[in-house]
Amino acid sequence: MSASQTTTKFQSTSAFDVERIRADFPILKLTVNDKPLVYLDNAASSQMPQQVIDRLVRYQTTQHANINRAVHYLSEIATSEFEEARRKLQRFINANDEREVIYTSGTTDSINLVMHGYGRKFIGAGDEIILTTLEHHSNIVPWQMLAEEKGAKIRVVPINDAGELLIDEYEKLFNERTKFVGVTHVSNALGSINPIKEMIAFAHARGVPVLVDGAQAAPHTKVDVQDLDCDFYAFSGHKLCGPTGIGILYGRAALLENMQPFKGGGDMILSVTFEKTTYNTIPHKFEAGTPPIAAAIGLGAAVDYLSEIGMDAIAAHEHALLKYATEQINTMPGVRVIGTAEHKAAVLSFAVDGVHPHDIGTLLNQEGVAVRTGHHCAQPVMQRLHVPATSRASFAFYNSMDEVDALIAGIRTVQKIFT
Amino acid sequence: MTNYKSLYQEVILDHNKKPRNYGTIESPSHHAVGHNPLCGDHISVDVVLGDERINNIAFQGESCAICKASASMMTTAIKGKTRAEAETLIQEFLAMATGKLSHDACPNIGRLAVFAGVSDLPTRVKCAILPWHTLSGAFNAVATTSTEAEQDPMHAPIGDA
Repeated sequence: MSASQTTTKFQSTSAFDVERIRADFPILKLTVNDKPLVYLDNAASSQMPQQVIDRLVRYQTTQHANINRAVHYLSEIATSEFEEARRKLQRFINANDEREVIYTSGTTDSINLVMHGYGRKFIGAGDEIILTTLEHHSNIVPWQMLAEEKGAKIRVVPINDAGELLIDEYEKLFNERTKFVGVTHVSNALGSINPIKEMIAFAHARGVPVLVDGAQAAPHTKVDVQDLDCDFYAFSGHKLCGPTGIGILYGRAALLENMQPFKGGGDMILSVTFEKTTYNTIPHKFEAGTPPIAAAIGLGAAVDYLSEIGMDAIAAHEHALLKYATEQINTMPGVRVIGTAEHKAAVLSFAVDGVHPHDIGTLLNQEGVAVRTGHHCAQPVMQRLHVPATSRASFAFYNSMDEVDALIAGIRTVQKIFT
Repeated sequence: MTNYKSLYQEVILDHNKKPRNYGTIESPSHHAVGHNPLCGDHISVDVVLGDERINNIAFQGESCAICKASASMMTTAIKGKTRAEAETLIQEFLAMATGKLSHDACPNIGRLAVFAGVSDLPTRVKCAILPWHTLSGAFNAVATTSTEAEQDPMHAPIGDA
């Protein structure tokens, strides 16, 4: 190891007390195949700190009842904690108004809500929807379903070999039929950070609203929906140290008010007769049925936890991990990084010559190292870069430089077995 | 917990590196293509079935080491067998790989017992059985088969995100 690499490694650990943070995560103490767990599949789902686990237990043991219904003590406290969590999420993304924060079951549900509530009302035959090559299937398939239903058309922003969007091409796709833009903030497969603020400004200058898929961005960078000026921002709780089954759709109030409800049922109505139903106000109009109350309150605790550490500190530590891991991989013959965008979040997709990603995944698991292998639900990216699948290490703020070393040692073991 | 390295034994690594009967056959009597949509792996199997025995067999495709070694060893095991013997071996292999039978309970399995360990790896079982599914498809004149086909006993989604 060269002196400069050693410097990279130890500078960042001294600036950020990763060992103290790791102590908050009980699952990180596990061993897998008699090796310490090295969890590098955070882009798929992150782990939960004891603070969030404790909050779920406290809710379930002392505060649970259905919300927005009864006048009794538990219903009132559950409702108030549920709404308090909404305000925490509002602050987390700097939304102007808590009514703009809608609870969903996750990013996929959030995007489907926009497709049904906005798309089916405002997008028609011959209209065009702009998406990008970097989208996760969850920001492709709902729009394809809409396009098929309405006779609308999908236009796709291409990428270069590094995995960066071609912004000139994006701008050329606009015409008078363009009605909507869907773009991911951070690519889940490659880690590329897209210039969404500029893309949003360009679309808005042409009167076109923009949905941002923030599933991979919200856990790793400070999100300010007012600064971005986006119309919709979707993300998931379970990638943010929160529970599964909860997610958020931020939507601009003026747009949400004009949208159709997505699901019908209790809570989303003001009055119901068989002649006519009056819908509730936002955000409740979009929250039919009993929501995942515990999960929402748990997500509130998760964003408290992240905010206390600080999203800037988190981003800096993760960037140091990515830089160190990338430097190490670049010194290894026969290993190459897939996705070399200038601006990247802590996602490292890689290929090893002569070894299929599934074999890499199985053998790394033998070393206790958890990575994702496959097409990452982003087949268009894989097709564009001519790789059937990749191995993906994705870092979180609780990962350490030693864990990067374990990954690198694991890859060396794989290469040794396959020579 | 199983030592997964035991799956990557010398014989499997060797067949992955130097696959036997690799390629296509000009005019096969039976042919099928198998596909695992979860990982994009695909292989083709060509068979020349004579009056009594399988006179020739070849495979080709893109896949992981487990799948390629399984295909390679399948071709060497199948060549020269009758169709009935081959069908028996297919059933034994599928039962062993999916953990329904131990390799001791498979009288014809022979060296293919090196794949027994895959039954502990639910996400990798499909890699090992894809060639055998494809061969079965070829015998039954199913031109394309998939590990996600409805009739597949292993039909189950693998995670996503």
